[in-house]
Amino acid sequence: MTATLTRPETPRRSTTPASVLSDSWVIAKRNLIKIKRVPEILVFILISPIMFVLLFAYVFGGAISVSGSPEGYREFLIGGIFAQTVVFGSTFTGAGLAEDMQKGIIDRFRSLPMSRAAVLIGRTASDVVYNVLTLIIMALTGLLVGWRIRNSAIDALAGFALLLVFAYAFSWVMAYVGLLVPSVEVINNASFIVIMPMTFISNAFVPLETFPTPLRVFAEWNPVSTVTQAARELFGNTSPAAVTSDPWSLQNPVLYTLIWTVVIVAVFAPLSIARFRRTSA
Amino acid sequence: MSDIIEARGLVKRYGEVTALDGLDLTVPEGTVLGLLGPNGAGKTTAVRILTTLLRPDEGRAVVAGIDVTRDPQGVRSRIGLSGQYAAVDEHLTGFENLDMVGRLYGLGRARSRARARQLLERFSLAEAGDRPSKTYSGGMRRRLDLAAALVAEPPVLVLDEPTTGLDVRARQEMWDVIRELVGGGATLLLTTQYLEEADQLADDIIVIDRGRAIAHGTADDLKSQVGGERVELVLRDATDSRAAFAALATVATSEVQRSESGRTMGARVDSGQHALAQVLRQLEEARVEVVDIGLRRPTLDDVFLELTGHVAEEHEQTDERELVGTKEGS
Ligand SMILES: Nc1ncnc2c1ncn2[C@@H]1O[C@H](COP(=O)(O)OP(=O)(O)OP(=O)(O)O)[C@@H](O)[C@H]1O
Ligand SMILES: [Mg+2]
Repeated sequence: MTATLTRPETPRRSTTPASVLSDSWVIAKRNLIKIKRVPEILVFILISPIMFVLLFAYVFGGAISVSGSPEGYREFLIGGIFAQTVVFGSTFTGAGLAEDMQKGIIDRFRSLPMSRAAVLIGRTASDVVYNVLTLIIMALTGLLVGWRIRNSAIDALAGFALLLVFAYAFSWVMAYVGLLVPSVEVINNASFIVIMPMTFISNAFVPLETFPTPLRVFAEWNPVSTVTQAARELFGNTSPAAVTSDPWSLQNPVLYTLIWTVVIVAVFAPLSIARFRRTSA
Repeated sequence: MSDIIEARGLVKRYGEVTALDGLDLTVPEGTVLGLLGPNGAGKTTAVRILTTLLRPDEGRAVVAGIDVTRDPQGVRSRIGLSGQYAAVDEHLTGFENLDMVGRLYGLGRARSRARARQLLERFSLAEAGDRPSKTYSGGMRRRLDLAAALVAEPPVLVLDEPTTGLDVRARQEMWDVIRELVGGGATLLLTTQYLEEADQLADDIIVIDRGRAIAHGTADDLKSQVGGERVELVLRDATDSRAAFAALATVATSEVQRSESGRTMGARVDSGQHALAQVLRQLEEARVEVVDIGLRRPTLDDVFLELTGHVAEEHEQTDERELVGTKEGS
């Protein structure tokens, strides 16, 4: 304890767009260090999608026949598994925030003269990295079980990008939930209760023709269906003959998904930030 | 000397519970205020209001000339907080924790890094600085948390129970660090449940209980409120308790207080030396053997007991050991 201390100049206090960005980057970097330090998380993130791809491909692969997809169910399936997995990835956002609240780290951030929004922007941004890693692993596993990209690389990249953008929007929903109920266990259960039906009442795993009408209508307008549909189209996993009777949402899946994405972010980002700002806790 | 923290009439309610019930406090620049109170007294609530984490239901607080509810961001750039539970990120190393806080104070990359190294050195964490803080002991985490509060060298420091849960040595080290800070001119608000800690570190003490200030003054002021000296004794054998009690009662100017076991007792007396001699004589006659007996100036424990009618919780069970620890006063 001998070092002498030099007094720095008075720190800044106004929030500018540049300071929001740099604060967000600091927070995102902090979240990413955790991936490095807790490799178990990474293993879990990577193993469960591999398991999903293999289970669905081999357990249901033969039992379900799909006419719209050139290579049958397996190829049909991959887009759905991608969509479900990245949507589930948003759980990390909620759980991460809840954990930070529980451990008092959020109080530390709140007591600093930093941008209020940065904690959430940084968190949702760093969670995109989880999803990128997951998508890479799933794509490789998919290729192993016979999935193929039948479109241009540009289209395929657009498909991955759309999945990521949609998942990003969804992580703002879970950020809000994480701030409302700061308990990791509750978040995990809540996300299961919400995301499970959303992804199963969709075209992610089975063609919509098999659904009873009310569920089918829900599924047709469910953005999980449209992001799945968009991914399939962009990967070239659909045959053009299959889409004639679909409603507008499935005819224009990219646009429809993007509209949802914008709406979700426009609603949940301000809600979450307002919730974060509220200093009563 | 101007007041750097000033709070008037702070009220905070949680449903039925009134956590703060009209608390006033002031801390002049360059001094240390000890906020002393038992569990649930409202210490943390007061700290959270002063550090912008909580809005008061009523009342006003000004820190470094800035109203905490009107310009919280302004307050945040002038305070350093070390909360009741060390808020360090266990996955980050000590260095990364401090570096991150520096960046978030807006110090910039180079300065944050330099400052982080400097603080690790100062808080004897240099060697552990590149290990994830998960591997730190409780005392090390606490020091890291305090270091985080100091990153931007804020003029006002708020420490919520900085030594709770630390062992004796770690507590001593923490006290040294805090004294050094105070020597460097920092203004400090410190909460504690340890009366001794307030006595050691604070210029000024506010005792709070159930959300209200029940006493205010220097440690000496508070002790003189309780007044007088005490005769304290510890018996070898609890069966002598009744005889010793009687002996003490003849000189006591207050009720005689006796521990559960009956081996330890004490009472306020007027002229200490005579009282002590008289008690000794009586014990001699009754053939009562003591392992310790002595005159003692009142501690803040006594003050607390006097003011609240109940002993500060931590101390209830330990009062025997406490009294034994005052041998030097005999
Ligand atoms: N979020 C909350 N919701 C409901 N009651 C609360 C909340 N926070 C504090 N309280 C209550 O307010 C009172 C004061 O609490 P506070 O945490 O300020 O006490 P404290 O002096 O810091 O206690 P300790 O020494 O145990 O830390 C307590 O009765 C507590 O139960
Ligand atoms: Mg407390």
